[in-house]
Amino acid sequence: MTESVRKLLPILAIGALALVAPYVLPDYRIQLALLWIMILFALTWDIMGGQMGYNSFGNILFFGLGMYVCAVVQRDAGLSYYPGLFAGLAAAAVLPVVVAAVLGSGLLGLRGHYFAIGTLGLGIAAGEIASGWDYIGAGSGMVTPLYPGEIGARQTFFYFASFVLATVTFLALRRIYSGRFGLAVNAIRDDEDKAEAMGLHTTRYKTVAWSVSAFFLGMAGGLVGNLNGFIDPRDVAFAGATYGVFMVLMAILGGKGTLWGPVIGATIFHITQEVFWTYLLGWQRVALGLLIVVIVVFFPQGILGWAKARYPERFGIRVEAAAEDADGR
Amino acid sequence: MSDQTMLVVDNVSKRFGGVVANADISIQVKPGEIVGLIGPNGSGKTTLFNSIVGFHPIDSGSIQFLGEDISRLRVPQIARRGMLRTFQQTRVYDGISCMNNMRISVPHRAARMRDMFAHVPPEIDERAEELLEFVGLFSKRHLLAGDLSFGQQKLLEFAMALMNGPKMLLLDEPTAGINPTLINGLIDRLRRANADMGITLLVIEHNMRVVMNLAQRLYCLAHGEMLAEGAPEQIQNDERVIAAYLGAH
Repeated sequence: MTESVRKLLPILAIGALALVAPYVLPDYRIQLALLWIMILFALTWDIMGGQMGYNSFGNILFFGLGMYVCAVVQRDAGLSYYPGLFAGLAAAAVLPVVVAAVLGSGLLGLRGHYFAIGTLGLGIAAGEIASGWDYIGAGSGMVTPLYPGEIGARQTFFYFASFVLATVTFLALRRIYSGRFGLAVNAIRDDEDKAEAMGLHTTRYKTVAWSVSAFFLGMAGGLVGNLNGFIDPRDVAFAGATYGVFMVLMAILGGKGTLWGPVIGATIFHITQEVFWTYLLGWQRVALGLLIVVIVVFFPQGILGWAKARYPERFGIRVEAAAEDADGR
Repeated sequence: MSDQTMLVVDNVSKRFGGVVANADISIQVKPGEIVGLIGPNGSGKTTLFNSIVGFHPIDSGSIQFLGEDISRLRVPQIARRGMLRTFQQTRVYDGISCMNNMRISVPHRAARMRDMFAHVPPEIDERAEELLEFVGLFSKRHLLAGDLSFGQQKLLEFAMALMNGPKMLLLDEPTAGINPTLINGLIDRLRRANADMGITLLVIEHNMRVVMNLAQRLYCLAHGEMLAEGAPEQIQNDERVIAAYLGAH
């Protein structure tokens, strides 16, 4: 089996599972769709937080923005359902990118903790603005257009849409991490002053990294708005206290700065969270809080980070000098 | 080159609050030269380096590189013009392998937007391996840079600087922390970088044996002021320099 086939196998296996899942577990289609969205959350947070070392607490802004932009286009463009949805998703991808680029030019000058604090207010401010603006329904929220198919078809449609979007996100990130972009953001994480001293266009890389997050998060927002059928400004769109925190936790749980870490972290986190809701009703938040403490205390490097430190060779990290040494090179 | 001078530092001053770190310093470096910068601890050598590469704004004076005024440019802009510095406290990218450290140290002068998403071409890998072999780190190329010893990181930092293909390299204590038996090898490599790769060198160095061997010309700073300049033998016998080092100042 060649190297590339071996690397593709887990992706194909997950793909096969993903295709049959909505038919095997039809009652869980919304939860399964949200699982893909959670994976996307963790993956996009990790671009900045893991690979580049810039902890952002404001990424939820792009998600909520995409959700509203998509819904407004669907409502006002006068198109029929599917063209309207696609136009909405396209707008939901573009506008957050513009916002990320503009905000980035100011905020990305901040480093370390200052950047984290600077982004903290973004989601909260956006939620306040959205709940006071009549054009988008203010505090009573927005209803997305009715899905034209039969009852139940909506869930299947948005399940597959979420699956495709999360997969595209994963493959796109895998592609850019393997090239110069990945090296550059890792260099910025390890020593930004050094990267500047070597002439790297650090501002350009940082802005693009945030814009890539915004691009996928915006589209995810557009999908979740339609999956839900209803947009609440504070609890769904700019849900900083839930989704906004979850995306950080999931990436850390799985292992930040790795490609598969966020995927693993999001899967474990989402399933655990659902189990808590089902079996510990009334205590689910307490259990979740305890889980967070356990993650931070026992897995500060995440599951993959822990595995990497323990079995470095399996991850392609060499700890011994190469054998060529012997023949005098 | 219009006036046969690569770097002109003209009456540059820099103060931090009440401390005058550099007072009216002027130095000149011609293309292809190896120039040494010496002086006791706290004499303002690293401050001068920081001023030249744009790490902090200067209070007065001007700095020209290749005939262009760079006094107001920032670090990455100056680096892309072909003037790099290495750090006294060695700095490499700890979390990635030596090869990846080299791969991202390519010159960024002509980098376009679409290069950001490009794969690393094979000729970059070949050049990186060549240079790692040049500094003697070839067998360690797949190790994480953070797992190397201090001396090895210093060599890696030097190789990264060469990878960038600079016209001029400012080295801040290249031999500090390096095993004495390896220092001769390093001097030899610095000379070869200068002669074979055509890189002009400006070197801060405390090891007198090294700097007297390596440099063609020396500047000596003390208390933020230019004390003396000249050939190594001249400086070695300069009363003021000896007094400054022995603390009779």
